[in-house]
Amino acid sequence: MAASMRIINGKVYDPANDIDGEIKELCIKDGKIVDSVDDNATVIDAQGMVVMPGGVDIHCHIAGPKVNAARKLQPEDHRHDVHPATPFTRSGSGGTVPSTFATGYRYATLGYTTAMEAAVTPIGARHTLEEFHDTPVIDKGFYVLLANNIFLQQLLREKRMEEFEQAVAWWINSTKAYTVKLVNPGGDEPWKGKKNSNVSDIDEKTDEELTPRQIIREFIKVCNKRAFPHPIHIHCNNLGHSGNYTTTLETLKTAESLKAHIAHIQFHCYGGELGKNPTSKARDIIDYLKTHPNITCDVGQVMFGKATVMTADAPMAYVLKGHAKGKWVNADTECESGCGIVPFTYQEHSYVHTLQWAIGLELFLMSQDPWQVVLSTDHPNGGSFMNYPKLIKLLMDKAFRHEEMKRVNQKALDSCSLRELEREYTLNEIAIITRAGPARALGLDCKGHLGIGADADITIYDEMEDKEEMFNAARYVIKAGIPIIENHEFSNDTIGKLFHIAPEYDKKIEEVVQPFFENYYSIEFSNYAVDDRYLHDHQIIPTQEDAL
Amino acid sequence: MALKLKLHTQPDVPMEADCICPNRMQSLSDNEIENLTVFHGNRQVKLGDFFKCDGDNDGDIIIDGDLSNIKHIGSAMLSGKITVEGNVGVHTGAAMRGGEIIIQGNASDWLGPEMLGGRITVQGDAGHMVGSGYRGSTAGMQGGEIIVHGNVKNETGHVMRRGLIVVGGNAGDFTGVNMLAGTIIVLGEMGIRAGAGMKRGTIICQNKAEILPTFTQSCDYQPSFIRRYLKYLTTLGLSINESLINGPFERWCGDSVELNRGEILLYAGK
Repeated sequence: MAASMRIINGKVYDPANDIDGEIKELCIKDGKIVDSVDDNATVIDAQGMVVMPGGVDIHCHIAGPKVNAARKLQPEDHRHDVHPATPFTRSGSGGTVPSTFATGYRYATLGYTTAMEAAVTPIGARHTLEEFHDTPVIDKGFYVLLANNIFLQQLLREKRMEEFEQAVAWWINSTKAYTVKLVNPGGDEPWKGKKNSNVSDIDEKTDEELTPRQIIREFIKVCNKRAFPHPIHIHCNNLGHSGNYTTTLETLKTAESLKAHIAHIQFHCYGGELGKNPTSKARDIIDYLKTHPNITCDVGQVMFGKATVMTADAPMAYVLKGHAKGKWVNADTECESGCGIVPFTYQEHSYVHTLQWAIGLELFLMSQDPWQVVLSTDHPNGGSFMNYPKLIKLLMDKAFRHEEMKRVNQKALDSCSLRELEREYTLNEIAIITRAGPARALGLDCKGHLGIGADADITIYDEMEDKEEMFNAARYVIKAGIPIIENHEFSNDTIGKLFHIAPEYDKKIEEVVQPFFENYYSIEFSNYAVDDRYLHDHQIIPTQEDAL
Repeated sequence: MALKLKLHTQPDVPMEADCICPNRMQSLSDNEIENLTVFHGNRQVKLGDFFKCDGDNDGDIIIDGDLSNIKHIGSAMLSGKITVEGNVGVHTGAAMRGGEIIIQGNASDWLGPEMLGGRITVQGDAGHMVGSGYRGSTAGMQGGEIIVHGNVKNETGHVMRRGLIVVGGNAGDFTGVNMLAGTIIVLGEMGIRAGAGMKRGTIICQNKAEILPTFTQSCDYQPSFIRRYLKYLTTLGLSINESLINGPFERWCGDSVELNRGEILLYAGK
């Protein structure tokens, strides 16, 4: 365990504890923030520096079979971006989908210490956990894909709700997931089995009996009933299609007053007619969010340049490969999901790409509650997480934003209200959307703040006028009390922890699930569940149900 | 006076020496050149551990020795000239943009991959993947010339987009595979599946070849551009049969899996 440490003279931004740029001393002992430490503690003088909790990425794609497929698909990306070893860290390769080692180190360089992999098929959980073991520095967890699970859909069709609830809990336990992820609920099966079709409306029946709305509703109910720390993570139907904002609003309404998190909401804010150029409906979405604090979302900002679309929304990836006209992957994941990977470049001259960029910024700038609308680029779908510093500058520096606007498609800007938005984010608000907000939405009490008892994940930046430069390379990064980066150089290495939940379930559900496996899966039921051997340092986050 | 590098110690394992390049050695003293870093296996060592350096660096480098275990010579070269009095290893002239590399011996695989300009001349044979793209890249050679007087192996000009590759001897299989544009001239024989997946571009061969069923014969003709190309090649020291210069060619369009816009021209004279 790291020695005790004291950080003095730093300007502290800790919004969860109402500390907004105060010069304040922080004490660290045994990996936690404490009230005081001995006089012989190591001292970091943070004079002229900004101190924040370590960054928390609520939605990214960093590990697992689809990420690995994207790596294999783009060797050219790695060749041009070598990540060299240092005396303390291992080598890797970068690009939009970095290798495991480079992923951890690059997040750390930006001052991030926690990242959640947003979409893992149950059958890919073992692979994901193995990659997590090789992803250094950051703490992590993953969301398990259940919305297109044939067995669970069958239970819903037959209205076997008690068994459905038990099966969801069993699947989470069997994969060591953090919460449930819904991706294009009900959309993958038609795509796989009915000539590339998809559902186009939340109330469209995927077969004789089931609609996406029913699937969404039942999952939201179960996750809220079981009081998961992060209730449910939803990638709505119709991602990327013009006119999809109505589907998004209907999805939000389905939650009623229950908690839910909408992923990369920027991709779901489009007006206009299907097949024609989209328009911005950011205002409509933000207005709904304003009156519904039960919903949180991450933006999924698009950044110009190279990206890699990787998603369980296989039909969407299949459509997109027609635009990209290059190499792509589509895959069927047994009875659980689909998958698509398309290397993609967002271009300033494109109307659609510019509008996507502008809608993301609109959402940030129109949002009145930074705790509710948090930062992500849906790495690497909207762009690499390495774009976060530039995104922060776009939010904090109005002049820079207007300069950037000159370089993009003007017709797209004419069709939205980005030009009129004069807001500039403060450092405190940045600390909310990159740290405190995502941590709260995830229900991680030990993250995203610097109060007594919090994990000692701390980032110290040089305070600079140019916010991109400032957030590009943290001066110090302390992870669980261990100084990982000191004076911009790596001085240590660590693996980081896995977060998962373990909701209780009735063992009898295994007798219900097992025959389905034996009939339809390629692996034996007894080999399916991930056991504890695959977990490195891990922590079970209690559901509130457990606390009760 | 040219800068002379003499190999005094043969590396035990392949060595990466992308520093052997006129623009990387520009305005450096002999001592500084010998202190340049190279990778010997996975270890960084000095160039001087293997090479003796002598002469003035006026943009002209002459290398003496068998360099078949040395990779990346002239990588990303911009200008000047490298003459190798022996064989070279893999990745010679990778992504070079200008200047000239003359290899008096044989070249290994991956000669001039993704090259953008300049000229590479090999007086002996070359290996696989001449002027090709690296795995995963959408474009291989994008400009310049590669002239091989001897034979080459498989996948010459893979995903080539522009430029000229000339093979004085025989070419292996998959010549011009997935070619996007550019010209490949083979004066000997080609192996099987030439032009597989080609989108555009021209493959010219002096001999009959096995043509894929996805190619269609469109005509016999005497294209004037071939005459110009071949006359140009005679100026580079290749011996070209006069009947080839004036001869008729069978034109095969393909690959139909990629819309039939490429062509293979086979000499049809007797």
